[in-house]
Amino acid sequence: MIGTGAAVMTDTAPVVAPLAEATGVFSYLWLLIALPLFGAAVLLLGGRRTNRWGHLLGSTTVVLAAVYAVILLVNLMARPEDDRAIGQTLFEWVFVGGFTAPAALQLDQLSMVFVLLITIVGSLIHIYSIGYMDHDPDRRKFFGFLNLFVAAMLLLVLADNYLLLYVGWEGVGLASYLLIGFWQWKPSAAAAAKKAFVMNRVGDVGLSLAIMLIFITFGTVTFDEVFTEAGQASESTLTWIGLLLLLAAAGKSAQFPLQAWLLDAMEGPTPVSALIHAATMVTAGVYLIVRSNAIYDGTIFALTTVLVIGVITMFLGAIIASAKDDIKKSLAGSTMSQIGYMVLAAGLGPVGYVFAIFHLLTHGVFKANLFLGAGSVIHAMKDQQDMRRYGALRAVMIITFLSFASATLAIMGIPPFSGFWSKDSIIHAAFEVSLVAGISGMLAAGLTGFYMTRMFTMTFLGKARWEDDQHPHESKPVMTIPLIILGIGSAFTGMALLFWGDIVSWLTPVTGLQENELPLPTIAYEGMTLALVLIGAGWAYAMYRRDVPIEAPQDVNILTKAARNSMYDDAINDVLVVQPTYSVSRAFVGLDNKGIDGVVNGLAALVGGTGAKLRRWQTGFARSYALAMVGGAVLVVVVLAVVRLP
Amino acid sequence: MSPDHYILLSVVLFTIGTIGVLVRRNAIVVFMSIELMLNSANLAFVAFARMHGNLDGQVIAFFVMVVAAAEVVVGLAIIVALYRSRRSASIDEPNLLKY
Repeated sequence: MIGTGAAVMTDTAPVVAPLAEATGVFSYLWLLIALPLFGAAVLLLGGRRTNRWGHLLGSTTVVLAAVYAVILLVNLMARPEDDRAIGQTLFEWVFVGGFTAPAALQLDQLSMVFVLLITIVGSLIHIYSIGYMDHDPDRRKFFGFLNLFVAAMLLLVLADNYLLLYVGWEGVGLASYLLIGFWQWKPSAAAAAKKAFVMNRVGDVGLSLAIMLIFITFGTVTFDEVFTEAGQASESTLTWIGLLLLLAAAGKSAQFPLQAWLLDAMEGPTPVSALIHAATMVTAGVYLIVRSNAIYDGTIFALTTVLVIGVITMFLGAIIASAKDDIKKSLAGSTMSQIGYMVLAAGLGPVGYVFAIFHLLTHGVFKANLFLGAGSVIHAMKDQQDMRRYGALRAVMIITFLSFASATLAIMGIPPFSGFWSKDSIIHAAFEVSLVAGISGMLAAGLTGFYMTRMFTMTFLGKARWEDDQHPHESKPVMTIPLIILGIGSAFTGMALLFWGDIVSWLTPVTGLQENELPLPTIAYEGMTLALVLIGAGWAYAMYRRDVPIEAPQDVNILTKAARNSMYDDAINDVLVVQPTYSVSRAFVGLDNKGIDGVVNGLAALVGGTGAKLRRWQTGFARSYALAMVGGAVLVVVVLAVVRLP
Repeated sequence: MSPDHYILLSVVLFTIGTIGVLVRRNAIVVFMSIELMLNSANLAFVAFARMHGNLDGQVIAFFVMVVAAAEVVVGLAIIVALYRSRRSASIDEPNLLKY
């Protein structure tokens, strides 16, 4: 791997076995997608008639899908370890010449954990939304879009080929667009939705090119067949495929350099931020990379690029999160940073794939918890999102406080909360591959401690800085119950997955696993990370415990200024992409107006001008015409004479 | 008399006719000049027929007379109409049909 002297302890390759036919309880696999899709169809096509019970139907379909997902999990666990990949062909979808892509689903260990995350966290967020969107006249439409999203996301993770995955990929992009712009009467929300959509398109181009390249190289787009033959392809081809897939992942997962849309996406309702822009959709990029592990195994260059992108985004997000005063934007920066961790882990190759998914799962739970908690606070504070206007909310919102505290400890990686297990696994794996990646992971953990403590202290502790007409109160049970469940989840998901679920050996057949020897015992790395986290947390607590000025101070260092402006991402995009594009299009417009139009118009002007001059010969005097005729006749005679005479 | 004289007379008459068409303003006089040109051509045809000893020129002279008669009908009608509308037979005055 990437420059390490550590000895390889174990090296398990992924199991390559044909998919088992879906029988018994698995034969209704399509129901997972069909249920939320049915909900979306009824709610979006049914119109206002469904207003009264729309939210109930929308929640029910996802809860039913979650129940079915749990049944599937139980049945999948009962099967032998090397026979847990199940395929179901629904119908022949595309068949053109030698190209076939069936609409076929694949449920294996990797898809299974995603299905559980999407349906269970999705259910909780649906239930929470019943309360959160209570006063919104378009609540029914909101649930229709949410169901559409869940269906598309499930299609994305259940597809057994890249083309069907692409359908789900675009579907979640569409749902994300619709939900970010849900309050489209706000110009900022409409602009944010458009920005998210356009920046996602950049990544989607990468995915479509990758799929084309995969088809040209392997003659198929089915995962199973591509991964079996991936070893035979040339390294440069694999590198290109890997980089294009990384571009797709960067677009969807808000990784550098396509990260700018995520912060604006916070314009959407908070449950949307929790479900789409924290727990599930933004992690689709990580899924794509881990799913394509067979391709990345053949290309060190693409894999290292993945690692570097992950490290850059991890710091970028953490620094932004440390400076934003808007609670949702700070959480969005944190999401970028945590996904950076996952991409970093995926960039470690077989050493890290498992832990990328592990962190993805725990993050899905505690980040959904954080966003829903933030939503509860925003709801209580009458849509105020500025943390400088919060403070001392512990006393009035005890359930939100406790649940948020659990998630905060989880994301900071304090043992035994879930983030500790997954994040430390990543840092540990990073040290196995590269010292730089390992130290980066540790430092980012320290930053995580800083920004989360800052957010927590500013929101719940200290003195109240509320506006006069704000009378915060605890939310209704329909919102607090999901918070309680997620709070418990934030505490225990990590342990449950690691010890009871045995996530590592569960995922190994799909991703492979490699373990390297490290010079220090595990406890030393954990101790160093924890120390950094506590330093960051203590620093933030000391800074924000007492006075938080209501106006953000302006005499701050240059890094804070940059972070408040999201590291100038819009300005950079403007200079590097938008303005050059404008210049090119202006040049083309100029060429068209002056060059091409000039030739056409010039020709017309020449003919017209000549005509205008020649017209003057038509004087209207009959005798001058007669003279012209005589002149012409004389000319003919003279010419004939000259020609004939000699 | 040799046919040369007839040809010469024909050329003189044709030239007079042409100059008449070009320099006179009265439509009737221009018209008469055109008749002069037609008849000078007739004279040339007849003279050449005599020169060559066949009747082709004579026949064509008859054709020209028929065409000239038809032309007189149309031409005089135009001139009368012109005179009625403008009270003048000058061919320089009707100049509306131009650029």
